[in-house]
Amino acid sequence: MKMKKKMIFAYSSSIAILLISIWLGVSIGSADVPFSTLWDSETNPSAYSILWSIRMPRVVLAGLVGASLAIAGAAFQGLLKNPLADPYTLGISSGASVGAVATIFFGLSIPVIGSYTLPLFGMVGAFITMILVLSFARLIDRSMKMETLILTGVIFSSFLGSCISLMIALTGQQLREITSWLLGSVSMRGWPYVQMIAPFVVIGVILLWLNRRELNAMMYGDERAQSLGVNVKRRKYAILAGGSMLTGAAVAVSGTIGFVGLVVPHMTRMLWGTDHRHLLTLAFLNGASLLIVCDLVSRTIIAPSELPIGVITAFIGAPVFSYIFFKQRRSRG
Amino acid sequence: MLEVQNISGGYGSTPILSDISFRAEKGKMVGILGPNGCGKSTLLKVISGIMSPTFGTISIEGMNINKYSARELAKKMTILPQLHATAFSSTVHDAVSIGRYPHQSGFFSSWGAEDERAVKKAMQLTDVEKYEHHYLEYLSGGEQQRVFIAQALAQASSLLLLDEPTNHLDIAHQKQILDMIRKEVTENQLTVVSVFHDINLAALYCDEILLMEKGKVKAYGAPHEVILEEQIKNVYETRISIQAHPEQPKPQMTILPDLQEEMEEKVITSNHFEIKGEYVELKSDFPLKVLSSAVHNAGMGWYANFINRTVKPDYEIHNVKEEYFEYLVKEGFSPTNTVGMMTAVDTKKAVIKNYKVPFGEVFVVVTAGVGNAVDVSQSYKRNNYFHVGTINTWIIINGKLSDEAFVQAMMTATEAKSKALQHEEVYDAISNTIATGTPTDSLLIAATQNGMLMQYGGPITEVGQVIGKGVFEATVEAIQNYRKGDK
Repeated sequence: MKMKKKMIFAYSSSIAILLISIWLGVSIGSADVPFSTLWDSETNPSAYSILWSIRMPRVVLAGLVGASLAIAGAAFQGLLKNPLADPYTLGISSGASVGAVATIFFGLSIPVIGSYTLPLFGMVGAFITMILVLSFARLIDRSMKMETLILTGVIFSSFLGSCISLMIALTGQQLREITSWLLGSVSMRGWPYVQMIAPFVVIGVILLWLNRRELNAMMYGDERAQSLGVNVKRRKYAILAGGSMLTGAAVAVSGTIGFVGLVVPHMTRMLWGTDHRHLLTLAFLNGASLLIVCDLVSRTIIAPSELPIGVITAFIGAPVFSYIFFKQRRSRG
Repeated sequence: MLEVQNISGGYGSTPILSDISFRAEKGKMVGILGPNGCGKSTLLKVISGIMSPTFGTISIEGMNINKYSARELAKKMTILPQLHATAFSSTVHDAVSIGRYPHQSGFFSSWGAEDERAVKKAMQLTDVEKYEHHYLEYLSGGEQQRVFIAQALAQASSLLLLDEPTNHLDIAHQKQILDMIRKEVTENQLTVVSVFHDINLAALYCDEILLMEKGKVKAYGAPHEVILEEQIKNVYETRISIQAHPEQPKPQMTILPDLQEEMEEKVITSNHFEIKGEYVELKSDFPLKVLSSAVHNAGMGWYANFINRTVKPDYEIHNVKEEYFEYLVKEGFSPTNTVGMMTAVDTKKAVIKNYKVPFGEVFVVVTAGVGNAVDVSQSYKRNNYFHVGTINTWIIINGKLSDEAFVQAMMTATEAKSKALQHEEVYDAISNTIATGTPTDSLLIAATQNGMLMQYGGPITEVGQVIGKGVFEATVEAIQNYRKGDK
């Protein structure tokens, strides 16, 4: 019963924090607008328009990106049995970055979709990288042990990273655009970006959630999981595919935002435990909250300028994490 | 239940297992033994389906394991591998709960009452229930091992494969876990196949042993058929000696080390003996192997000190063990290194005789009090017991006696004692026939285990002859001393 109550508290507090974050994110900005304006188009039409076409999509995008990175991070940490793993470990993010940066570097633009070429190529880059990484890992090691996956990820992210560095070195005017994209941002994206990421979020989350019990079993080793009745190979593919989809989409639409995918799972694990049946959902909720709040800070702290969101995530996240870390270690020891 | 047929296989191209076959019946425990690297763990991996063999089949309840789905197989068979470290910590309860995975099917399947019951029971059986909400990383290696055993038990399958389950456990927990597993085997028809490093534990708890050597089956059968001195010596290249377990009809082995002893001779001479006021003593610088029926430290053992203590006729017999222990300590003897006898006869009447024989020197020490001699063939008619009067005999041999020889030496000595009583016309006062001994006679055979090996100790062997003569002569003299004092 103690566990049940703890979990109820976990879910309710996470949901509450998320709702509060959404409220703050929507209301506060260069012009503070009351939350009620969301459903009140008459009183203040321009405010209504700001809320719905600028702030709301921004908050939703921040939420989806944060959530995706956090749940993918939790899944990869569980799958690779490595606390240092994050959504970027397997190199998918590097693939997405190459696609996006190349678009800027070569000035690519597809006629009909125009400015959406960048996130599209980001997703294509992520997808190709995912196929390459999984095929390569499988070629080396049929059972795809975690060391194989991690090392393959290192190979690909290093290589792709150097491609990005190359483009940065060779670029002239696009340097600022490239680096600011790399630092990550959810500003001035709008609803189309939300529509782009949404399907991947849905599929990715479903894939991961369906394997929540298997992630628990696999914590004890592939062999033990096999002997528990887990079809380890198939489940690994599913988790890798789901996590990569979430990561690729998130990076394609918002750049490489760091810290969230690594630390939110750890914070959630410390507070509420390692059981993936709850960890995945809670990481999802808390990742969303964290990024929404960070985005809020990034656009208000030196308003009207904006700080890159990647800077803020670690800035706020690190102290929060250390507080939780400290409290947990003290109580357990 | 489990049938292993002609299994051959290994890692990649290197063959490790070669034509292994055996079966484990329902409700039986099979132990797998063998030296390091003989393929025990590999065999277990093949049986569990984790590794595929290059040839042969594994069947559970008549069906090849390949035909089972992963989940069905998990419900039938559990494997507990050697200890792993996990990257993230969970509580004991969560770790044990993982064992219920195969029982949770369906899209939304939730945790049921049956699952919780299985987890609780598993934790109770392995004595980790008190750690239910503790984190695994804070438990000791042995406690963690028990948690993983609980996880395997929670899986509630009918076949359990274990790889050295008691490795990190102290003897209390080794016993507890194996007792518990054994109970599940006999009471709930659990079938167990376990790899053991400890030959004695395997012999004690298993119904059958599979002895492996270099990937092949060397022997397969009941423990007493497989655990043989020569066989173990060949397979493990180690000398061992087999003894009977004190309570269970199972063989137990001890290692015979090749220790280089000091070159100095280990010999007992008459200098080692002394007759003191209250006791006769033999004090050796090195332990002798002893078989005796003494008051203190009877049975078989290694001891360096021997005393035959004289007590008054009104000695209080009720607390004899504790009193004797305290007496030894008081007199400066180490109670664990001393064999102690008791008599009412004065130490001045003790007889010490020595006999020089080709293989060494033999000593016989006797005190004889024949006040209440008994004819053993008529003693069933008696219903009262006296405490006065005892014939205590020591035989100290400079030589090496086999187990057989020890027993036969006792037989020979007892026959000689009875002959002495006949010679001295000692009568059983109640039946009026010649007595054969007294109700509380005690005999001690001690050997230096150095020197010539004597396989037998019967009346016509070298050692038997000197025992027969020595005990007869010494007992006759001791009886005469006793009677002299009475007059």
